[in-house]
Amino acid sequence: MQVAIVKYNAGNIHSVVHAIRRLGIEPILTDDPTLLQQADKVIFPGVGEAATTMQYLQKTGLDKVIKGLTQPVLGICLGMQLLCKHSEEGHVDALGIFDIPVKKFSWVKGIKIPHMGWNQIGQLKSPLFAKNQENDYVYFVHSYYVPVCEHTVATTQYNGAFSAALNKNNFYATQFHPEKSGDVGSLILEQFLQL
Amino acid sequence: MSEANISQQKNMLAKRIIPCLDVKDGKVVKGVNFVNFRDAGDPVELGAFYSKAGADELVFLDITASHEGRKTFVEMVEKVAANVNIPFTVGGGINELSDVERLLKAGADKVSINSAALRNPDLINQIAANFGSQVCVVAIDAKQEENGEWVCYLNGGRIPTERKLVEWAVEAQERGAGEILFTSMSHDGVKTGYPNEALAALADALRIPVIASGGAGTMEHFKDAFEKGKADAALAASVFHFGEIKIDELKAYLKTQNIPVR
Repeated sequence: MQVAIVKYNAGNIHSVVHAIRRLGIEPILTDDPTLLQQADKVIFPGVGEAATTMQYLQKTGLDKVIKGLTQPVLGICLGMQLLCKHSEEGHVDALGIFDIPVKKFSWVKGIKIPHMGWNQIGQLKSPLFAKNQENDYVYFVHSYYVPVCEHTVATTQYNGAFSAALNKNNFYATQFHPEKSGDVGSLILEQFLQL
Repeated sequence: MSEANISQQKNMLAKRIIPCLDVKDGKVVKGVNFVNFRDAGDPVELGAFYSKAGADELVFLDITASHEGRKTFVEMVEKVAANVNIPFTVGGGINELSDVERLLKAGADKVSINSAALRNPDLINQIAANFGSQVCVVAIDAKQEENGEWVCYLNGGRIPTERKLVEWAVEAQERGAGEILFTSMSHDGVKTGYPNEALAALADALRIPVIASGGAGTMEHFKDAFEKGKADAALAASVFHFGEIKIDELKAYLKTQNIPVR
């Protein structure tokens, strides 16, 4: 199986490379449109700022390449947010696969921002998750969130529910970092590779 | 309903337990004496051990002074990143942005800066602007003076500064820190508990997470840091390394005390 990881100016991409390697698969890290289109699975990771990252994707043409992919695609963290319609972070229009805007967590006492650490996923409805993963803990680091919507396939509670995972057609996405979520995260990546 | 209960309903984010490992010349040092280890100082093997035991994150502190040792530390970070599947922070000897870049490139999830931030607060802004707040942990060593005020110290607690604890933590937050790691020099190594009053003052003043560090001797101390100190995470070294407290048992205990843990 050929697993391609989208190479762009975001942090944390190598963590995803390592996580796929730990599953016994050597991924390719590339920004070559042909290699991305030919891969069996594509992962669109990312830690960074939405507006500057979108500018980079537009400049390199990767925005159109990612939107046009037809194989299973997994967006992670910022990758997930950029697959949405618009982000409050830098007030930028994003790729628009998921028809929902990304919002900033509003600060209230006792609720720290960023939402950083291990929290539970629930209301799971996607083959991205294995059986019995309801209420498993996964690792999050983010200050912006995707509200619960028609594409939501997992939710997490943080001063209300938000989308922990999304799915529409061949596009899957997690707000959390499966590559940093211990054995639970490895299982989710494995499930994705089996789609 | 008490304020604590209301906030727990809104927030099921787990409280984090973080073992801290001192590293010299690429090897973990100071009191790690587990049986059944091929190499008791191997950071990868220890990291995997703690990850399996239920640690939520790891911190590796480089205590090497030499240039050669620093290079070895970066190689260690690469090995940990390839093999350990939970987040880890690295600290020690970070003075400028290029140090941060090297460690993040090697695969660290976060960096912890201490004296360098006090000497050059703009470093926090630079890290946040270049890599995001989430990678920037500002560590603060402070001591309570006789007049009750908490004063920040430089160089591992050797040199006092003009800075007050809460004031400096708030400034670090405004400059872009993603977390505050607070070590009380009066409590560190004494095993009489974390400085819960000062922790609570920090938690009330900040909107970013606070990591309690220094003072853990019993499992109850962790509970107090989370409840009384309102900390988001608790870090400890020797009680874990010497096996005095086992992380899985600690988590089981905290669950019985209604503290949300993974």
